[in-house]
Amino acid sequence: MALSGMRGLSVFISDVRNCQNKEQERLRVDKELGNVRTRFKNEKGLSPYEKKKYVWKMLYIYMLGYDVDFGHMEAVSLISAPKYPEKQVGYIVTACLLNENHDFLRLAINTVRNDIIGRNETFQCLALTLVGNIGGREFAESLAADVQKLLISSSCRPLVRKKAALCLLRLYRKNPDVVNVDGWADRMAQLLDERDLGVLTSSMSLLVALVSNNHEAYWSCLPKCVKTLERLARNQDIPQEYTYYGIPSPWLQVKTMRALQYFPTVEDPNTRRSLFEVLQRILMGTDVVKNVNKNNASHAVLFEALALVMHLDAEKEMMSQCVALLGKFIAVREPNIRYLGLENMTRMLMVTDVQDIIKRHQAQIITSLKDPDISIRRRALDLLYGMCDVSNAKDIVEELLQYLSSADFAMREELSLKAAILAEKFAPDLSWYVDVILQLIDKAGDFVSDDIWFRVVQFVTNNEDLQSYAAAKAREYLNKPAIHETMVKVSAYILGEYGHLLARRPGYSPKELFTIIHEKHPTVSTSTIPILLSSYAKILMHTQPPEPELQNQIWTIFNKYESCIDVEIQQRAAEYFALSRKGASLMDILAEMPKFPERQSALIRKAEDAEVDTAEQSAIKLRAQQQMSTALVVTDQRPPNGMPAQPSIGPLSLVKVPSETVDSQNPGDQGLTHPNGVVYKEDPQPPSQDIIGDLLGTLSIEGPPGAVAQSPQSATYEAEGAPSAADAAALVPVGEESGSVQPIGNINERFYALCLKDSGVLYEDPNIQIGIKAEWRAHQGRLVLFLGNKNTASLGSVQALILPPTHLKMELSLVPETIPPRAQVQCPLEVMNLRPSRDVAVLDFSYKFGPTMVNVKLRLPAVLNKFLQPITVSPEEFFPQWRSLSGPPLKLQEVVRGVRPLPLPEMANLFNTYRLTVCPGLDPNPNNLVASTTFYSETTRAMLCLVSSQLFIESSTL
Amino acid sequence: MIRFILLQNRQGKTRLAKYYVPLEDSEKHKVEYEVHRLVVNRDPKFTNFVEFRTHKVIYRRYAGLFFSLCVDITDNELAYLECIHLFVEILDHFFSNVCELDLVFNFHKVLVLP
Repeated sequence: MALSGMRGLSVFISDVRNCQNKEQERLRVDKELGNVRTRFKNEKGLSPYEKKKYVWKMLYIYMLGYDVDFGHMEAVSLISAPKYPEKQVGYIVTACLLNENHDFLRLAINTVRNDIIGRNETFQCLALTLVGNIGGREFAESLAADVQKLLISSSCRPLVRKKAALCLLRLYRKNPDVVNVDGWADRMAQLLDERDLGVLTSSMSLLVALVSNNHEAYWSCLPKCVKTLERLARNQDIPQEYTYYGIPSPWLQVKTMRALQYFPTVEDPNTRRSLFEVLQRILMGTDVVKNVNKNNASHAVLFEALALVMHLDAEKEMMSQCVALLGKFIAVREPNIRYLGLENMTRMLMVTDVQDIIKRHQAQIITSLKDPDISIRRRALDLLYGMCDVSNAKDIVEELLQYLSSADFAMREELSLKAAILAEKFAPDLSWYVDVILQLIDKAGDFVSDDIWFRVVQFVTNNEDLQSYAAAKAREYLNKPAIHETMVKVSAYILGEYGHLLARRPGYSPKELFTIIHEKHPTVSTSTIPILLSSYAKILMHTQPPEPELQNQIWTIFNKYESCIDVEIQQRAAEYFALSRKGASLMDILAEMPKFPERQSALIRKAEDAEVDTAEQSAIKLRAQQQMSTALVVTDQRPPNGMPAQPSIGPLSLVKVPSETVDSQNPGDQGLTHPNGVVYKEDPQPPSQDIIGDLLGTLSIEGPPGAVAQSPQSATYEAEGAPSAADAAALVPVGEESGSVQPIGNINERFYALCLKDSGVLYEDPNIQIGIKAEWRAHQGRLVLFLGNKNTASLGSVQALILPPTHLKMELSLVPETIPPRAQVQCPLEVMNLRPSRDVAVLDFSYKFGPTMVNVKLRLPAVLNKFLQPITVSPEEFFPQWRSLSGPPLKLQEVVRGVRPLPLPEMANLFNTYRLTVCPGLDPNPNNLVASTTFYSETTRAMLCLVSSQLFIESSTL
Repeated sequence: MIRFILLQNRQGKTRLAKYYVPLEDSEKHKVEYEVHRLVVNRDPKFTNFVEFRTHKVIYRRYAGLFFSLCVDITDNELAYLECIHLFVEILDHFFSNVCELDLVFNFHKVLVLP
């Protein structure tokens, strides 16, 4: 019809189509644009028909992808044309060319408004369509009220009202603050009584948007929705034109069920019953049919019904019916249905307790992970990620790792992120977590974001038990010929920080570590070099006694980079070089990195941030949030993902056996008790009693304090003072937890570690972490306890009591009674050492979490060796002093036989960690080690202590 | 909510584009290019759904024409898939046995329909 009247347009289109190449097409288009532009310029001569034609041409050119930067004015001006043909063109072209941010639209607002409130139905429709398509703020401000009037007007035909409903929906979605919907609940309820399905469908769309914002106001609509659903399901009073392949308007069914998902429950029993009847009918009555369209439409309804059933917490029976259906779907060939099966199963995980049933399908889901279609693979990955918990984490993560090597690039990053998160969340043990991440980096280094390796470093730093393991692993990976740069970064960092922990193992000497890290140096980019430099500096610092050769090598590297163009590298090189010449102060500056504050994993945050924007908030998510908030009130610690809380220990395990043997519990101790040599001790007790005493003694094995207290400055002090003090203290009943909260990590090991270090974690359980940081000066010490609440709820009745032994004076500052969620409280603690003793102070700590009262008694690492200060003694001083002491109690000697001797450098290291200065070369016999230190207490002041360790190789044992 | 509707042929020429979100022209071109690349090489045995940025594209192929709807992740996919078919049926009805050329020469009429 109109085609004949638009010859110029079809000629132009044919011309463009006949162009041989892009160049010709551009020429033709440019010519036409020039033509249109000149025509528009002398507008007076343009008839409405011509104007219409040129505007169409312009739109066509625009659709081809060319820039059209003029003519908007003409298009908008056509809107105000009096006749339909021009007005229609004006509306359509405006809707295509302009969006809500264009200023030109202001020009049209008045005309549009006149058309809306006018009497001409077709004009009303055109105007409503334009507003519905564009929906800007200014339109909403000036037109919403008029549109609302049209929607509920009784004099308008359904045609206009359904457009008004959609137009209002659009305005409301975009600017809910501008569109006033107060009191609309009644109107919506009225609209839902509408017999005309067109108006009903549009109104239902509007209702979905309204209830998603505020369901409270629309309770009155709920029974009407159920009625509508019944009407459709029973096929009552449905005109032919709203039946799609024999199904009464599937779209309206879907929308109605969508709206129902925004109401938390259906309370009225009658409504609930009829709703479930309908749902049951849909669940049971949907069969697979040959006709694709009919099949799709019926399954669209079915999947929405599934979602609604899940939401309504139906009876067990119906629920398992749903899971069974989904189980069937994820195994079918038809890709769409399988896709939706996987997707809905993932949604199901978020709302109901069906993990166990879903886990049965794990194998099937893993098959889908290998499907050729990326859409299906993604859904399978999401589902696996969602269904993962402690029980199946190992399998799933290993499956993901395996798949990683063959996965296509589009998915690798997501895959590695998810594997990393799962490994962190559900790690059965931490070393496994380290394994997974290192494998991840090894297999897909390019796709492992920095966050992932930062996180593993954080973990290793915060968990002492993990440090040597991680260092060993990192060392293994460095042996590989070609490794990813990220691996170089992690390994260099970890080995620099913790490599010295393994210094006793073959292949882990500072020199060897340096060599193997430095081998990778030529292959890395500038972002890695700073990490390497730090690592070298740390290795240098841990090399005790210094090795001149290694030192020179590292210094050469620092020197080389001092003039590097990269500022970061230059600065590090220059600073490390200067620092490494400072000797002892290097130790403090390059000391081990402090722990990271506990924080939410950046990875999980990243995964959460990846949420999408949708017009209506997802009903599932709304619900999940509601569940979360109630969960917090009942102090249920179960996260929504179904990760079980720490396994609780029953009353039977109330009494925990304190650490028993010196040998197994205190690795540092081994070195001293078992070298095949002699340790001179000043221990007041006979040596043989030492170990037995540990096993049998009571809480206070206080040796005669006078022994040391009376000792003159020249007393040889035993090297083993500190560890044996620790051993004695092992008998403190630490493990007496009440309630069912189990500590994370071994309390004894944490304590032993803290005897050697000045900061670390003293205690941790699912609710709280107690960190400690200490500074010691002579006979005084200042400890700070960091009480960190790990929960999103407060911890109450917090009490901390210090039970000091007689030789220590301790003052704890006030501990607040409650610790707010996710907060950390610092409590300083002053310590003063009055006289030497091996007793240990105990912190009696308790708090209440929900109904559970937790009480723990923790030993505080204020042990003897903390009051030592290294001192260097010259040979002239040492031997006279040594000889002047004659036997117990001031001089003690112990011979340990039949054990593997500890290599001397390690022994020296050990002495150093106990703050005993090894004086090399003092004893002419190279197998002997001589060390000295000063002990501080208030009564004794500074007291010189000397240690000599001699190694005798007994020929008989060889 | 539908973000945009695209009709493209196999070469990626846009035959119809309707945006319900405000996008700059350059952004529109990018979207059209990306959606085309996303759907054109998919096997007919694959699903009709494919993730696109933070949304989802529901597409269906009729002869050499791809009809793509960009919708929210949470929307009912099959319902929109049938929307496409309904639209095609309407076109078919309107042009009586529709083909790509009809849409090219009568793009201005097609625009009236959605």
